Amino acid sequence: MIEIRFHGRGGQGAWTAVQILARAAIREGMYVQSFPEFGPEREGAPIRAYARISKEPIRIHCGIYNPDIVVVLDHTLLKSVPVTSGLKENGALVLNIPEKYLEQYIDKMKGPHDIWFLDATSLAVKILGRGITNTAMLGALLKAREVIPLKTMLETTREIFLERFSEEIARKNIELIKEAYKEVKKVE
Amino acid sequence: MMLALNGDEAVAYAVKQSNVDVIAAFPITPQTIIVEKLSEYVANGELKAYYACAESEHSAISMIVGASAAGARTFTATSANGLALMHEILYIVSSLRLPVVMAIVNRALSGPINIHTDHGDSMAERDACWIQIYCEDAQEAYDTVIQAFRIGENHKVLLPVMVMLDGFLISHTTQNVDVLEDEKVSNFVKHRIPAEIEVFGKKVPLTLNPENEVPLTFGPLDLWDYYFEHKRQQEDAMEKSREVIRKVHDEYAKISGRSYGNGFIETYNMDSAEYAFICLSSTAGTVKSLIDKLISKGDDKLGLVRIRTFRPFPYEELPKALEGVKGVAVLDRSGAFGAMGGPVYNEVRSALYDSDVHPFINGYIYGLGGRDMTMEMLKSIYDDLVETVKSGKPKRKIEFVGVRE
Amino acid sequence: MSEDLAKPGWKQIPIAGVPFKKATEYHTGDWRTFKPVIDQSKCTKCLTCWIFCPDDSIVWDGNTVQVDYRYCKGCGICAEMCPVKAITMVKEE
Repeated sequence: MIEIRFHGRGGQGAWTAVQILARAAIREGMYVQSFPEFGPEREGAPIRAYARISKEPIRIHCGIYNPDIVVVLDHTLLKSVPVTSGLKENGALVLNIPEKYLEQYIDKMKGPHDIWFLDATSLAVKILGRGITNTAMLGALLKAREVIPLKTMLETTREIFLERFSEEIARKNIELIKEAYKEVKKVE
Repeated sequence: MMLALNGDEAVAYAVKQSNVDVIAAFPITPQTIIVEKLSEYVANGELKAYYACAESEHSAISMIVGASAAGARTFTATSANGLALMHEILYIVSSLRLPVVMAIVNRALSGPINIHTDHGDSMAERDACWIQIYCEDAQEAYDTVIQAFRIGENHKVLLPVMVMLDGFLISHTTQNVDVLEDEKVSNFVKHRIPAEIEVFGKKVPLTLNPENEVPLTFGPLDLWDYYFEHKRQQEDAMEKSREVIRKVHDEYAKISGRSYGNGFIETYNMDSAEYAFICLSSTAGTVKSLIDKLISKGDDKLGLVRIRTFRPFPYEELPKALEGVKGVAVLDRSGAFGAMGGPVYNEVRSALYDSDVHPFINGYIYGLGGRDMTMEMLKSIYDDLVETVKSGKPKRKIEFVGVRE
Repeated sequence: MSEDLAKPGWKQIPIAGVPFKKATEYHTGDWRTFKPVIDQSKCTKCLTCWIFCPDDSIVWDGNTVQVDYRYCKGCGICAEMCPVKAITMVKEE
């Protein structure tokens, strides 16, 4: 079983990201749980969202304290949120952060896990015209750990965005995921 | 068909498929998206039902009383203080023998104000003569809502049914839910057929309908000379519901391939168990995960008895399930201030009193107001239980798990 | 109370608390101390008494206004409301 924690701010789409992830995993015949951090959600306030993905039925019903993967949608969260808390050894930390800030925040990121980074905000602004990074970070996540195949993620994203929005928005988000998957880098 | 649904959506989906005629609900906190989803289904034509938005939970359940008395299949949902506000009408629903189905998302009662899970809300209604079924996950909530209509509407029963799911842990958590085809569910639940009663030498439908050959009065004054007899009938219906709950559960297993123990209790690793946990709802899943972990490390001495049907209480099944066990930890997710323990603890001990099964029984109160129950906490309870048995001294005192000293 | 013991048990009565005896089986006329008596010579057949009787005990027989003494509890409202004072309350014997 793989446990994933997303850090974001209210309104950045962390909850949508884990829902896309859950539906994609079900499409792969896997078992999932996904849940937001339960509490009042306020735009801009730090929030967390969680996912469990497993080949076996999932029975456990408590919080996730030791994730295998942590995804951070906004590097400014590093100032106030201990994002590596409980992250497993050999886990992965996947961040939306411009390369030039890596040095500045490295102390808040390092540990016995690997670190992946991507300037997802710039990429999202370029492709979507808005700095919404949740789908981009799903692409980055899959490069860091292939929890499900990229193809399945793209199909599911298309399905969900067609349900909720439009053909154009679906197409742009798919492009964004593909680009993010290509561009994310590992800190050596 | 495998869908990604949270517990609320799973319940709404089951209701949509169950040929419901009338839904009434109060839409504001502590209500959940169960009724929001149902209002969408009605608005977009997927569900042909009458949907009434009430100005309080007291009114919502009162509307349901009228609709159900008129012969409709009815559904509502609430939580916490919403359920508390329904309290007086709950007794009227059961005394009028209305087979209402209500989903309860278990949330802590205020105060202090809290919206997270514990069982204080539905435990406060355990003597309202509603059948109470506590579900472990969203899949079971879906399956149980469908069964609930058949159980309550059975002419031997004619009692309302509450289906419980843990707030947030199940209600707001998305998981795999395998839903049946609409037609399969429809054939299983069919439509409500009102019972018939005999009055003035005539058989008439037990419905509030002036067109009946003999029109009936619902809810008249019933004093010392008859009230007790009517209450005795309710107890009789509760006892008769046991057979119906089992039959409906087994019949549903045939069409869905899913069953939950014998419909009353579900056991896990009890064949080799020397110690057992007893609990309700989602915590049982975490206990199962702990048991699996212990087995993988070579310890197969812990088992689980999950109580699914709390009303009627499975007092005959429990001693059988616990045979040969040395120690039992009963987990209660509700307070019992001034009592000898939580409601599950007390009823379990009472069920064992006349049997030959007398293990050590420790009571643990946990998770109030949504405090998480982790594997580590469960392991510490297990250690504590083993210690109690080894010391040979029963605790007879309630332990609080996960509260700061 | 001993007379309650003779009443039917829980297995004999209908469920759900619905009444299984008609209200007409309860002859409330024996609650009465005073009974209304209509002076037909004064009665204008306006039926004000029929409107106000809380027990549906004023009967129009097609010709005259009568009192159904099986159910009349003797409350006196009819006598009070009669605009021509055609009804008097008479002590039961």
